[in-house]
Amino acid sequence: MRRLARAGVVLAALLLGVLLLGAALGAAGYDAPRALRALWNGSLGSSYALTSSTLVRMVPLALTGLAVALAFRAGVWNIGADGQLLVGAACAMAVGLGTTGFPGSLSLTLALIAGAVGGGAWAWIAAVLRTRFHVFEVITTIMLNFIALDLVAYLVRGPLQEPTHAYPQTVALREAARMPRLLPNSRLHAGLLIAVLAALVIWWVLRTTATGFRIRTAGSNPEAARVAGQIDVVRLTHRALVSSGALAGLAGAIEVTGVTFALYEDISPGYGYTAIAVALLAGLDPLGVLGAAFLFAALESGALAMQREAGVPSVVVAVVEGALILFALVVARPGHRAWMARSRPQRAVNRTAESRS
Amino acid sequence: MDGPVSPAARCESDGRVSVVNGAFDAFLAATVRTATPLALAALGELVVERSGIIDIGLEGIVLAGAFGALLGGGSGDAFAGFLMGAAGGVLIASLFALFVVTLKAEQIVTGTAVNLLCFGLTGSLYRGLYGATGAALSLSTTPPVLVPGLVRIPLVGPALFSQPVITYVLYALIPLLWWWLYRTHGGLALRATGENPDAARVAGLSPARFRWGALLVSGVLGGLSGATLVLAQSGTFAEGISAGRGFIAIAVVVLGRWHPVGVALASLLFGATSAMQFLFQAMGWAVPYQLFLALPYVVTLLLLAGVAGRVTAPAALGRS
Repeated sequence: MRRLARAGVVLAALLLGVLLLGAALGAAGYDAPRALRALWNGSLGSSYALTSSTLVRMVPLALTGLAVALAFRAGVWNIGADGQLLVGAACAMAVGLGTTGFPGSLSLTLALIAGAVGGGAWAWIAAVLRTRFHVFEVITTIMLNFIALDLVAYLVRGPLQEPTHAYPQTVALREAARMPRLLPNSRLHAGLLIAVLAALVIWWVLRTTATGFRIRTAGSNPEAARVAGQIDVVRLTHRALVSSGALAGLAGAIEVTGVTFALYEDISPGYGYTAIAVALLAGLDPLGVLGAAFLFAALESGALAMQREAGVPSVVVAVVEGALILFALVVARPGHRAWMARSRPQRAVNRTAESRS
Repeated sequence: MDGPVSPAARCESDGRVSVVNGAFDAFLAATVRTATPLALAALGELVVERSGIIDIGLEGIVLAGAFGALLGGGSGDAFAGFLMGAAGGVLIASLFALFVVTLKAEQIVTGTAVNLLCFGLTGSLYRGLYGATGAALSLSTTPPVLVPGLVRIPLVGPALFSQPVITYVLYALIPLLWWWLYRTHGGLALRATGENPDAARVAGLSPARFRWGALLVSGVLGGLSGATLVLAQSGTFAEGISAGRGFIAIAVVVLGRWHPVGVALASLLFGATSAMQFLFQAMGWAVPYQLFLALPYVVTLLLLAGVAGRVTAPAALGRS
């Protein structure tokens, strides 16, 4: 019931946001009705837009959104989903291209695993820096995003570059090793099923298992978790961050095997950052993440159509997304406030301070 | 020292000396150039973190400052540009303060939202005002001003004292901020707010007022940082021109151990690792360009691992 109420509030806010956007565009001299029509047609207005644009874009947003939600629930600020996605994509591509002798489905499976492992390993760096060296993960995960971007830029001009060395990208993945299509004549691929499955698994783990209980407890009150619940909070946050990275890495692997079929630098238009908005708007609820990812995917797909057809800069959706988060912070407090009031983002630093005094 | 050095230049012994010297000068100049906007933004964040708030919306502040500078400095008046840059930064910092200090919203989340908002706003306004392609816009950059006498100091003189005016403003800010933080009642009260806001409140101080003030200061400094990028360095605006400098500045504050002099040194260090490419090129070492770009971030991470365990953050940092 709370979930439904929340969805209603978010939908109303989104609708209001879109109307305000239309008013602002009209005031700025754009053809507002035309722009809003393009927004609708490009996102939900046709079955092609829905399956080939919105749902395709929903997959990386949902998986990185789940990554962020899982980390935040455990009290870890993973701002690095974008870097983890990139490293996952690079690892998946390397394995996918390196296993051309294998049957396609095996090659694909290995590539997906490599993506998850790569993303997890990238987050592991931040996890070690936090648990062993007490460096606040907000800073390290952001630094790692930049390093990942440079790493991919290097790979596609160095070891992984296509043989003619004309373009900064890899060769295309062979057909057999790509993600299978879900519908004929559409770009929709099986990654959507993986994203939905991941959401269900995380929801179930958080809700019913002992691990889930530990994660929720550690995230909401680490001191109580450690003292009364005898939970090894350090180990738990470490694992949560690595799992979060693995999810983001999987998103990258699915993106290269299902959508782009090649690795290049701007493979992610900031999925990992939008993911934070997705997770927050969903109130960090795994099932809610699916809904929020769908909304944001529709918004971004529509924005691209708006740019094509009405000349409206597509970055304008970032304004709507940012405003939606601010709105969620203030208006949609119930459900949100509970975890916010209890979370202690600077725990690692504070603990350092305490252990010194 | 822009392109790779020709082998001939490196073979001659005389030529080699002058090339390496030239590269070293270029290295020092690039170090100070990179460090300047970084240190400006980081000093602002330092004040904010000393008051117990962490503002990852700093990236958005720098971006808004750059855009403000474009609006104000477009006519060629650099002073108006810096003024508008500061105003842009203050506007965004006020938005953050409204949510975090007044409405007590979560800091990291608000910072993320502010960044998204600034990225979208500056991007769409820029395209809306200057055309879809963002037609190559070029502003005249503020010229370097030589400080008589000091510029002749061997080795570092030209790099440190042949800089645009904003760099000298930064030089003056560092001791000024140190003095204010450690030698005045206001500075003590700000630090008290960051260590223990409840105790500060009991002592009759208003943590909310100090935090608002700190955020406004960081708005000015972050805005100037963005304006520096546009008016003193690149001479143009591009979408996302801040390129992560706001985020790096937050790391620089930790590296500098929440101290103005430390922050200045940490900024120089980051600038130096970024500028390393000038030295490597002169040496003729073939290291892929992209790995150079990653070097400052890798060095920052390694240093953070070494430093963070041994420094004390403001105790109330991040808790609202």
